[in-house]
Amino acid sequence: MTAHTPAPARAEPAQSETTRAEPAQSDTPLAAPAQLDIKLAGPPPAERAARQAQVLAALAPLLPAHALLYRHEDTVPYECDGLTAYRQMPLLVALPETEGQVAAVLKACHGLGVPVVARGAGTGLSGGAMPHALGVTLSLAKFNQILKVDALARTADVQCGVRNLAISEAAAPLGLYYAPDPSSQIACTIGGNVAENSGGVHCLKYGLTLHNVLRVRGFTADGEAVEFGGHALDAPGLDLLAVLVGSEGMLAVTTEVTVKLCPKPQLARCIMASFDDMRQAGDAVAAIIAAGIIPAGLEMMDKPMTAAVEDFVHAGYDLDAAAILLCESDGTPEEVAEEIGRMEAVLRGCGATALTVSENEAQRLRFWSGRKNAFPASGRISPDYMCMDSTIPRKRLADILAAIAQMEIKYGLRCCNVFHAGDGNLHPLILFDANDPDQMHRCELFGADILETSVAMGGTVTGEHGVGVEKLSSMCVQFSAAEREQMLAIKRAFDPAGGLNPGKVIPTLQRCAEYGRMHVKKGLLPFAELERF
Amino acid sequence: MADAALELLTEQVRAAHADKTPLNICGGNTKAFYGEAPRGQTLDVRALRGISSYEPSELVVTVRAGTPLAELEAVLAEQGQCLAFEPPRFGPTSTVGGMVSAGLAGPSRAAAGGVRDHVLGATLLNGRGELMSFGGQVMKNVAGYDVSRLLVGAMGVLGLVCELSLKVLPLATASATLRFELDEEEALRRLNTWGGQPLPVNASAWWNGMLVLRLSGAAAAVQSAVARLGGELVDPALAASFWAGLRDHRDEFFTSAQVAVAGGATLWRLSLPQTAPATALPGEHLVEWGGAQRWVTTTASGATLRELAQRLGGHATAFRGNKAGGALAPLSAPLARIHRNLKTAFDPEHIFNPGRLYADL
Repeated sequence: MTAHTPAPARAEPAQSETTRAEPAQSDTPLAAPAQLDIKLAGPPPAERAARQAQVLAALAPLLPAHALLYRHEDTVPYECDGLTAYRQMPLLVALPETEGQVAAVLKACHGLGVPVVARGAGTGLSGGAMPHALGVTLSLAKFNQILKVDALARTADVQCGVRNLAISEAAAPLGLYYAPDPSSQIACTIGGNVAENSGGVHCLKYGLTLHNVLRVRGFTADGEAVEFGGHALDAPGLDLLAVLVGSEGMLAVTTEVTVKLCPKPQLARCIMASFDDMRQAGDAVAAIIAAGIIPAGLEMMDKPMTAAVEDFVHAGYDLDAAAILLCESDGTPEEVAEEIGRMEAVLRGCGATALTVSENEAQRLRFWSGRKNAFPASGRISPDYMCMDSTIPRKRLADILAAIAQMEIKYGLRCCNVFHAGDGNLHPLILFDANDPDQMHRCELFGADILETSVAMGGTVTGEHGVGVEKLSSMCVQFSAAEREQMLAIKRAFDPAGGLNPGKVIPTLQRCAEYGRMHVKKGLLPFAELERF
Repeated sequence: MADAALELLTEQVRAAHADKTPLNICGGNTKAFYGEAPRGQTLDVRALRGISSYEPSELVVTVRAGTPLAELEAVLAEQGQCLAFEPPRFGPTSTVGGMVSAGLAGPSRAAAGGVRDHVLGATLLNGRGELMSFGGQVMKNVAGYDVSRLLVGAMGVLGLVCELSLKVLPLATASATLRFELDEEEALRRLNTWGGQPLPVNASAWWNGMLVLRLSGAAAAVQSAVARLGGELVDPALAASFWAGLRDHRDEFFTSAQVAVAGGATLWRLSLPQTAPATALPGEHLVEWGGAQRWVTTTASGATLRELAQRLGGHATAFRGNKAGGALAPLSAPLARIHRNLKTAFDPEHIFNPGRLYADL
């Protein structure tokens, strides 16, 4: 769950590639109070001060003076990432400028047993970059160089702090682009994308970060240089790159990434389709796929969401529709014409009450403007909202919508729904008022209910935002004790001392026992009789 | 039935864990030649058979590891779908579990992605005989570490794969195969140039002065690419049999390679950046994946191949023949350490396929 204040500028302002080191959310009011404002208890002041002095003494010889922040006013901008409800002051913040400095900081911290939390732009939505109370936050913002764009090989070698969108901008003159496009792409960095396995609206056709990264260079927890993958399509031995991507900074520190670039499609067109029944819209999503079409994007908004965004962007959405689908085709003009024709036929056959196909780029972007502004639009109609991120099998779209409608009654709160429908990735936005403790409480229960219902439907608690600290408890529902222990063992295989981003992603046995909810069996194998520990 | 099969396998794994018996996990036994030599007591997984769930509109199939690949592909084809990465079939008994554990992909790899890009979830027995599931049946899933993809190409050293959820894709509506007479350098240059353009190139193969190119996608896109690229259009039936032969290593290059291997040569697989120049190695060369996969049948020393591949930014696998220098290229010190730690994390007594991936795993 990601709680937001209504401030629409949730994505951080674009940072210059060269200078901006500090995170940019200090301008966002931190208004989420009560239970959700989890300002985590730190260590006793004397203990903290002693430890800080010790770590400072160890790191000061390794970095220029300006690259080490420890005064309260300097480190407070780092107390949270995009999940502003969870905050923790770091012991200190290191901003290395060279790989040698990264290695030296890691070695020193490893020697002292100090936790290290790597950080990119701080736009993550699950608290993956939230500091450790007795740890060093390792800001990699200064690693902001695009090292090489190879037009012939269709690859780019970039430092970890380069913004996602900056890669596509650098590749554009060559007719190439980097495909994964998370909505924060103006600000988020490629290193953070690797940590989170970020998606976007085009990943059904073009894949996630995992599918578009060839190589990661970085450092192990004890400061040894290491390279995962390579410039070829595979590497010898175990596919460590596959497990590193999405590991939320717990296995190694990324400093350099080689990404694949794709030829820019000549043309993209988008269909906006209205449905007067949610189930029909859900069925239409399945029917498109069943017809053998992989759309470049396939997104859905329900009626309350459509009303909220129309009021915000005036894109001309059908306000009478129970659901709106946006279905995009890209490729050569001939391909797009053929595919749009097939998509229209399927959508009509599924009972679409209105269809509009974008006639030009301006109209296409207008269709998308509402979808892309769903979060700020929700902020305008409610004091606060909480964004969920579960994924379910596509065929259960209508079922989960019905279940969410029931939950709205049960918890007495409204919910707007916007989905990456093609991937089954839901972003229900629960509307609430954080100043009302009872609403806060009901909102939390509502969110947990959506996650658990998603797991029970064969889905997952997080599709693209990550576990971080936010969904630790939900991991107890999705994974058995043995599965969680196996993941902790993977962590130890990469980082035996447990110094990298400790306490994130994989909950301990004790935490799950305290959470007190049973692991929901995923039913991949119908072996109910087997013990699952 | 199959549940009884899993219970039996679980008992066998737990017993092997208790008395430290090495196990050789075995499906259709078509890839015993690949990697290091199999050792240990055979553990047959073919009783874990059948498709657990398949809904074409979800683009996902969940299948037990011992299911023959041919059986799965036939079921997918009935629905107009396929495994887009074209895994090689080294025999009719090849299983889905073997496909994932070997992690080998076919001609479409560069365009469609590899085996791991299509694995969404896995259920495995670890070395303690604990049954566990990771990933799932959905496309987007970032809950915890991506263990299911780590199993791809692991040669069974981390666990016994019981069931897999795979992403499937619709068969292309149209395809065409073109043929060009070109030398290796020119073929590589063209392949890389075309790769940067929005063309529906799906597979390529260069051998013996001839570049063969497969286009696949929407009919309109294939037609316009055929018109634009030139070359000689290959008869569709002939093309289909060529690509199937290449995929399954039954075509002329690979049959000749087997003969050469019997005579003392080694078949090497070089995985290189696709823009790497043509290698001047003695012996037969086959270039696939737009230049990213190069097969070489040669008597040149393993050290020569490994040094060359590394210098070009890739790695060399001794695929068939002399594996004295190891089947796979050696790992850097930190990667080797992580490999050893991971092996112990999954399989503390080292019972699964010992030495099959690397001698010390």
